[in-house]
Amino acid sequence: MTYDWDFSLLAQNWPVLLRGLLVTVELWIPAMAAGLALGFALGLARLSRSGWVAKPALGAIEVFRGTPVLIQLIWFFYAFPIVIGVQLSPFVAALLGLTLNTAAYCAEIFRGGIQSVPKGQFEGARALGMTRAQAMRRVILPQVLRRMLPAFTNRAIELAKVTSLASVLSVHELMYQGRLLSATYYRPLEILTTVAIVYFVLIYPGSFLSARLERRLAARS
Amino acid sequence: MTYAWDFMPVLRHLDMLALGLVNTVKIAAASIVLGVAIGLVLALMRLSPSRLARAPATAFIEFYRNTPPIVHFFWFFYALPVLADISLDPLAAAILALSTQSGAFYAEVFRGGIVSIEKGQWEGARALGMSRAQLMRRVVLPQAIGRMVPPFVERSFELTKTTALASTLAYGELLYQAMQVNSQTFRPLEVYTVVALLYLVLLITASALARLAEQRLTAYR
Amino acid sequence: MTTTPLLEVEGLHKAFGPHEVLRGIDLAVMPGERVAIIGGSGSGKSTLLRCLNFMEVPTAGRIALDGRTLGRRGRDGGTVYPESELCGVRRRVGMVFQQFNLFPHRTAIENVMEALVTVKGTPRAEARARAEAELGKVGLSEKRDAYPSRLSGGQQQRVAIARALAMDPEILLFDEPTSSLDPELVGEVLRVIRGLAGEGRTMLLVTHELGFAYHFATKVVFLADGRFYEVGTPDEVLKHPRGERTRSFLARHSEFAF
Repeated sequence: MTYDWDFSLLAQNWPVLLRGLLVTVELWIPAMAAGLALGFALGLARLSRSGWVAKPALGAIEVFRGTPVLIQLIWFFYAFPIVIGVQLSPFVAALLGLTLNTAAYCAEIFRGGIQSVPKGQFEGARALGMTRAQAMRRVILPQVLRRMLPAFTNRAIELAKVTSLASVLSVHELMYQGRLLSATYYRPLEILTTVAIVYFVLIYPGSFLSARLERRLAARS
Repeated sequence: MTYAWDFMPVLRHLDMLALGLVNTVKIAAASIVLGVAIGLVLALMRLSPSRLARAPATAFIEFYRNTPPIVHFFWFFYALPVLADISLDPLAAAILALSTQSGAFYAEVFRGGIVSIEKGQWEGARALGMSRAQLMRRVVLPQAIGRMVPPFVERSFELTKTTALASTLAYGELLYQAMQVNSQTFRPLEVYTVVALLYLVLLITASALARLAEQRLTAYR
Repeated sequence: MTTTPLLEVEGLHKAFGPHEVLRGIDLAVMPGERVAIIGGSGSGKSTLLRCLNFMEVPTAGRIALDGRTLGRRGRDGGTVYPESELCGVRRRVGMVFQQFNLFPHRTAIENVMEALVTVKGTPRAEARARAEAELGKVGLSEKRDAYPSRLSGGQQQRVAIARALAMDPEILLFDEPTSSLDPELVGEVLRVIRGLAGEGRTMLLVTHELGFAYHFATKVVFLADGRFYEVGTPDEVLKHPRGERTRSFLARHSEFAF
C-alpha cells in the first residue's frame, strides 16, 4: 500500500469534531430520557384493556419499529411541518423523530417486562386492596425494572448510533462535521476513520457494561 | 387543518417508487446472502479453541456493533477507494457496508444459537461415539437453527431498514427514489408517508413468511 | 474363566482447576461384573464414571480397555487422548445420563437409530429393525414415533437405555439414572436395568438407590473425598460396613430396606 496517511489536519481541526460530538450528546441524552418516559406511557397504553387505547398504541409502535429511522427523520423534517403548519429546525425534527422511535422500542421493552411478571403477583396485590396503579408501582415495576435494564442499555446504544442519521438533515453533529471536514480537505480516509473511532469510544463502554450486566443477571436466575 | 391531501402526483410516479422498492429488495437480498457468509466465518472463528482465530473476529464484531452504519457507508464509498486505490459505485459500497455490518450481527446470532444447545446434548452425542463434525451436523445444528430463526429475522429486518442509508450515496433505492419524486412533485407529506407505508408492508409481509418458517423448523417441540 | 479385566483403572486423578475431585482411583472390572458406586454428594462418583468414557479427561492415571492402555504419551510426560481414539472408546462404552439427553428433534426410534447409522454406518433398514427390537426390550414399541417431549421421564430414560444398548457396548455406565425421575417412575427404569443384569452384561452404576444397589451389584464401592473408602460385596459394604464413614453414610440413608 502506497497511501500516505496524514493526520495532521485532524490535529488542527479536532475542535470541529468536538463540537459535533457535543451535538451528538445533545441529541442522544434528551431523546433517550424522553423516549423512556413516553415509551412507558405507550407500553401501558398497549396493555390497556380498552381496544380504543391499545390499538392506536400498537399501530404507533409498529410504524416506528417497522420503518427505517432515516425516513422517520426525513418525514418529521419535510412532511410533518405541513401537517402542523410550523417549520421545524433540523435539530428539533431530528430530536422529535429520535425520541418517538426510541419510545416505540422502549414501549415494547416495558410491555414484555410487565407481561413477564406472573399473573399471581397482580392478583396478590389486588387481593390486598391495591389499585391497579399501586400494584404496578409497588409490586410489578420493582420486579421487572432490573431485568429490563440490559434491554434499555441496548436501546441507548442503538440510539447513540442512530443520532448520526441527523447529519442527513444537516444537524451539525459528529457525522455531519466529519463529512464537512472530509469534503473540505479531501482526506476522507483519515477523517472518516477517526469519526468511526470516536463513535466507538463513545459507545463501547455502554455496550461492554450492558454485556456484563446481562451475564450477571443470567447467572443469577 | 386546512391542508388538502393530494396523492395523485405521487401515484403518477408510482413506477419510480416501484423501481426503488425493487432496488431496496435487491440490496437487502445481496447483503443478507453475503452477510450470512461473513457471519458464518466469524462465528466459526469465535467458537475456535485458538485465540489467534478468536481475537480478530471479536475485534471485528465489536467494532461493527459499536459504530453507526452511516459511517460504514461513507467509509466504504469515500475512504476505501482511497486506501485500496479502487473505485466503487454506490451499489457496491452499500452492499459492502451492509454485509460486513450485518455479518458481525449474524455471527452473534449463529454463535448464540450453537452455545444455547444444552451441555447434555453435546454429551449425549459424544457418549454415542460421534465425532465433532457428526455431533454438529446431526445433533447441535438441527436444534440450533430453529433457535436462530427469530434473531436472524430480526437482524434481517434491521438490515432491510438500514438499506435506506444507501440513499445518502445517491443509490436509487426506495428512499432515494422518493426524494426524486418529491423534487418533481413538491408533495413531501404524501411522498414520504406513502414510502413509509411501503416499508411497513414490505416488512410485515416478510415477517409473516418468517413466522411460517419458524413454525416448520421447531415443529418437534 | 478370563483373567484380563475388561476395564482397568490405575491411579486415576481428576482436578477441576485447583479443586481435586478424584485422588487416585484403582479399579478392575471383570467381564460380567456389576459395580455399584455409592457416596455422598461431591464424593466424585459421577466424575469417576464420566472419566471412564472420557466425558471428562483424567488429569493423571491409566485406563485400559480389554488389556489395552488408552491414549499415548505426550511430550510433557502426560497422556494425550486423540479424539479419534476416544470416539472408538465411546462406541464400546455406553452411557446413560441422569438427564437422559435424548435428542428432542428426533423421535424415539430415530434417537435409537441415530448413532447406529452415523457412527457405525449400519444401513438404515437394518438400523430400524435393530432399534425396534431394542425399544421392544424396554417396553416402548408403541412409542416409537413419539418425540421425547411427549414421553414421561421414565419413558425417556428407557429410550435412552435402548439407545445405548443398540450400539452393543461392552460396558454400560449408568450415571444416577433415576435421580431426576418422579418417585412413581423410578420402578420402571430400575426393572429395565435389572433385566440387563440378568443378561450378564458388564455395568457400572452410580446411584442413591441403595436397596437397588444391594440386589443389582456384584461389587459395591463407597467413595469418599475422591478415594475408594470401602470396597466389597453388597453384603460386606451395605450390611456390615467396617469403616466409620460408610456407617454414617448408610445411617443417613436409613430409609432403605433390603
